[in-house]
Parts: sequence; C-alpha cells; structure tokens
Amino acid sequence: MIQVENLTKRYARTVAVDRISFAVAKGEIVGFLGRNGAGKTTTMRMLTCFLPPTEGVANVAGFDVVENPMEVKKRIGYLPESPPLYPEMEVGEYLTFVGKIKGIPSNELARRVDEAAGRCALGDVKKKLISKLSKGYRQRVGLAQAVIHNPDVLILDEPTSGLDPQQISETRELIASLAGDHTILLSTHILAEVEHTCSNVIIIDRGHLVASGTVRELLQRMRGSEAIAVEIRYDGLEAADARQRIEQVPGVSRAVVKQSEPGRVLLEVESLEGANVRADLARAVVHAGWNLETLHAAAASLEDVFLELTAAEKSHPAASIEPPITTAAATPEVIQ
Amino acid sequence: MRNILAICGKEMRGYFTSPIAYLLLAIFAVLFGYFFFAASSIFATASMESAMSGRSFPMNINQQIIAPLLGNSSVVMLFLIPMISMRLFAEEKRQGTMELLLTSPVRDWEIVAGKFLGAMLMFAAILLVSLIDIAFLFAYGNPSWQPIAAGYLGLLLQGGCLLAIGTYISTTTKNQIVAGGATFAVCLLLWVLSWSTDLGQGAVSKVVAYCSVLTHFEPFSKGIIDTKDVIFYLTFIFFGLFLTTRSLESLRWRA
Repeated sequence: MIQVENLTKRYARTVAVDRISFAVAKGEIVGFLGRNGAGKTTTMRMLTCFLPPTEGVANVAGFDVVENPMEVKKRIGYLPESPPLYPEMEVGEYLTFVGKIKGIPSNELARRVDEAAGRCALGDVKKKLISKLSKGYRQRVGLAQAVIHNPDVLILDEPTSGLDPQQISETRELIASLAGDHTILLSTHILAEVEHTCSNVIIIDRGHLVASGTVRELLQRMRGSEAIAVEIRYDGLEAADARQRIEQVPGVSRAVVKQSEPGRVLLEVESLEGANVRADLARAVVHAGWNLETLHAAAASLEDVFLELTAAEKSHPAASIEPPITTAAATPEVIQ
Repeated sequence: MRNILAICGKEMRGYFTSPIAYLLLAIFAVLFGYFFFAASSIFATASMESAMSGRSFPMNINQQIIAPLLGNSSVVMLFLIPMISMRLFAEEKRQGTMELLLTSPVRDWEIVAGKFLGAMLMFAAILLVSLIDIAFLFAYGNPSWQPIAAGYLGLLLQGGCLLAIGTYISTTTKNQIVAGGATFAVCLLLWVLSWSTDLGQGAVSKVVAYCSVLTHFEPFSKGIIDTKDVIFYLTFIFFGLFLTTRSLESLRWRA
C-alpha cells in the first residue's frame, strides 16, 4: 500500500529525512517510531502530499505522491498532530464539510457522516460546537474526519498525544477497530503504544531509518531469544544459591538476579535459542523445595530495542546496524 | 465546482458564526446611514430654497445624493475590506486546518476561488445593508435605477480588487492582525495614488493615478460603465488570485 524509496527532505540548513525506504503491506498497522524531531511528521507530510520530497519516490495506494497527488489524496485519510478542526463548527457540520471536500457524492453524504460519527463514538456530540469539546473528543473528531471517505490508507500523526490514560486506551481501541479495512501508519514516540496496537514497526532516528520489522522480530532480535522472569519464595533462600540452581537447568544460558530480599528472589533467565526451558525451570525450583511464585516471559520492552538502536547509532555512526529484518510485505532496507 | 461551493459555504459560515460579520454590517450601516442623512438633508434644504426663490434649479437625486454617497462608500470599503480578508488563510494556517485543505483532493485554485467567493458574498451582504437607505429614495423620490446599479457594480468590482489583494496577503502570514494591517496599508496606498494627478500633469503621474483603484470607480459612481474600467478591475482580480494560488503552492515548498 505504501512504498517509499530513498525518500529525502532537505531544508536550507538541515536534512529532516535522509534516504529512508520502507514498505507497508495492505491491512497492516505500522508504528512509526522515533524521538521528537526524528523526522516522523515530515515523512508523513510527504506521504500525504502536504510537502514535496526533495528526492526519492513515495508511492501511496498505487499512485506517486509527486506525479499524481490528486489520486493519492482521494485514497488517504490524514490526522495531523493537532486535529485540523474548525472550532466554530458543530461536529456534524464539520464532518459534512470534510465529506464534501473529500469528494463523497451528495446522496451518500449524510449516511457517511453518520457512519464516521458512529465509528468514532461521536453520536451524542454531533450537535455540539467543536470549540466546546474536550481534547479526547476532538481527537475522535479528527479520526472521524480521516476515515469519513473510507480511505485505503490512514496516516495518523501521534494520535494519542495529550490525552489522558482513559482516552488513550479508547483511542487505541478505536484505531485497532479501524484496522480491518484500512492500512494504517501511525507515528508515536510512546513505545507502549506500538507494542499495543501495531503489527510492524519502523524506527527512525535523526532522519535515518534504523530498523523495521514486526514487533516480535525486533524484540527477539534484541534478546537472541526470549527472557523469562522467575520469582521464588522460600524462607532463608540465598540469591546466589537460587541463581546457581537455575543456571544448571539445561538450555539456560544465563540467569541474572533482578531483585533479592530475605525470602524472595526474582531472576531473569535467558535461554539458548530455540530452547523452551519453562517446564524445566519450574521443575527445578519445585525439586529444590522452594515455592515458585511466578514464571512468565519477561519480554524485552520495545523501549530497550529503541534505546539500543538509537544509542548505537550515536556511538558508531558507520557500521552499527545489523542486517535488515524482512517484513512480510517486502524487503525494507535498513539504511545507515 | 462542488469543492468551490463547499469552501465558499464554509467561509460564509465562518463569518456569520463569529462577531466579525455583524460588526462589519453594523459599522457600514451606521456610516452609510450618516452619509445618507447628510446628503439627503443638504438635498432637501437645497430643493426647498430653490422652490422658495421661485427660480427652479435643476435638481437630480442621482447626481446630488447617490453619486457622493457611493463615492464615500468606496472610501469606507478601504477600511472594511482588510477585516473581511485577513482571516481567509491566516486563520487556517494558525489553526492547522491548512493541512486538511492541502491533503484533501481539492486543487489549490479551487481553495482560492472558494475563499474569494465567500469573501465576495460577505462583502455583498455589507453592501446590501445600504440598499435599505436607498429604498427610501425610491419611496419619496424618483431616482433612476440604472446609475445606482452601475454604482453598486463598481463597488463590487472595486471591492473584489481589494479583496484579491487581501486574500493574497493573508496567505503570507499566520497572524490575522499582520494580514489585516498590511492589507489596510496597501488599500490606503492604492487610494492615495489617485492624488498624484494633483502633483503635475506629466505622463508619470497620470500612469500612477491610473493604477489607483479609486480613479476607476468615479465613472461608476456617475452611472457610467466603461469597458476599460471593468477590464482594469477584472484583470486586477485575476492577477491577485493568480498570485494567491502561486503563494499557496509555495507554502508547500517553504513549509
């Protein structure tokens, strides 16, 4: 749905986006991750024909953004960082206006407005002035605006920024519910968001693409394989004993004591690639006569991946990045 | 065409859901009412004197009331038009709704045309208020309507020129006050250019005076529709809107 090759945006003094390439397949929800000022918004603006690229090619929904912007615009829904709302309009009026300029035929307009309002749970505020709405509702109006013409591609720039936790989870659910029919590219600097909502991730830093792939792939690549957290309770238990015992379990490569207090030890266990050691771990703990309190996968957070990648970028600018990870869609490049 | 109408409608709503439209209508109603009262009292006194003295002067409502009234209106417009045009693009840029317009399947010139049309309708609504006063002339006198129509056509064309300039200036800034102030300065300049004929009769001062939007209005106020004035105004409007469209395009490259 989206193919980007060597996309570059240069300003007089800075390079905002430097030769990034990636691809997004139909139906995917892709998280576009980067720190503030990494070039996320600029990239999205280029994909939505708001800004022309300096170099490179971007193809959205089958049309080139430079050659055929009108066709691209018909097929995208875009929610900029601050929702583009007219405060003096009522929600229904606003959606009707957007519907008109998005080219929805007059006889379908009313139905589509209702549909978009329904999808974004705006039914009860249709008659309210946008200036009177709370931030969360405004964000929903912004989303309704983006989906009203049923676009193939949805581009959402930080859709949850500035919302309270309740609104954030509502917005995430809303985005997830839109996923079926649309290909979604959403930018964020909140990592948890990507882990929650997205199937794939693209990470950029200072205009460069540092990694892309599915969330799982990225996390696994970080750890070699999954890590397991083991919590043991036993009166008089020594942390060193526990560690030693656990490291003897076949398949375990390393155990690290994360927390230790009298009678309780929390270990993080790394296993060799391909080995499933959970059952053996449990058995080992129980055999030793200790109480196994918890045992679960201590998934590396995306945060770790992100920090590692962007830090590596900084310290070894030349050859820090590993070979690219392939997504299901295409072969996105990791560019240095 | 549908896009143009949609944007035009949005602009009209924008004016009439904010105090600006009512403020402009009120200002113009008061000023025009005052001018109307002054012109018609002078006319009434003069016609009374002419009747009492026994020698009847030729009295003409069109020449003695309407022509100066329209002349005054054209000057008042210089002050009102910046207030109509300043928000057109500056507000969209400030609100961030420019991103909505520029990423929707609408062509740049359609946005410009829609907004200009909306501003023109707002301007026409202001002029409409003055017709209430004019109606009294028809009730108590018998002016001929053709010169009045010509005068209003002139006002619309002149207003169109100034609005086109204002629309252009509005694309260059996010700040409505800056857009309004700059537009006002340009309107004022275009007015005072007409004074340059007083400085001398040389070719240069004639050319300068010709560029003033007000010199072209005079014939209209007398009821004369001259093609060269119409063409001057239309060219001016098209040029202004052309610049606006180019300026809008350049936003993408400069943003």
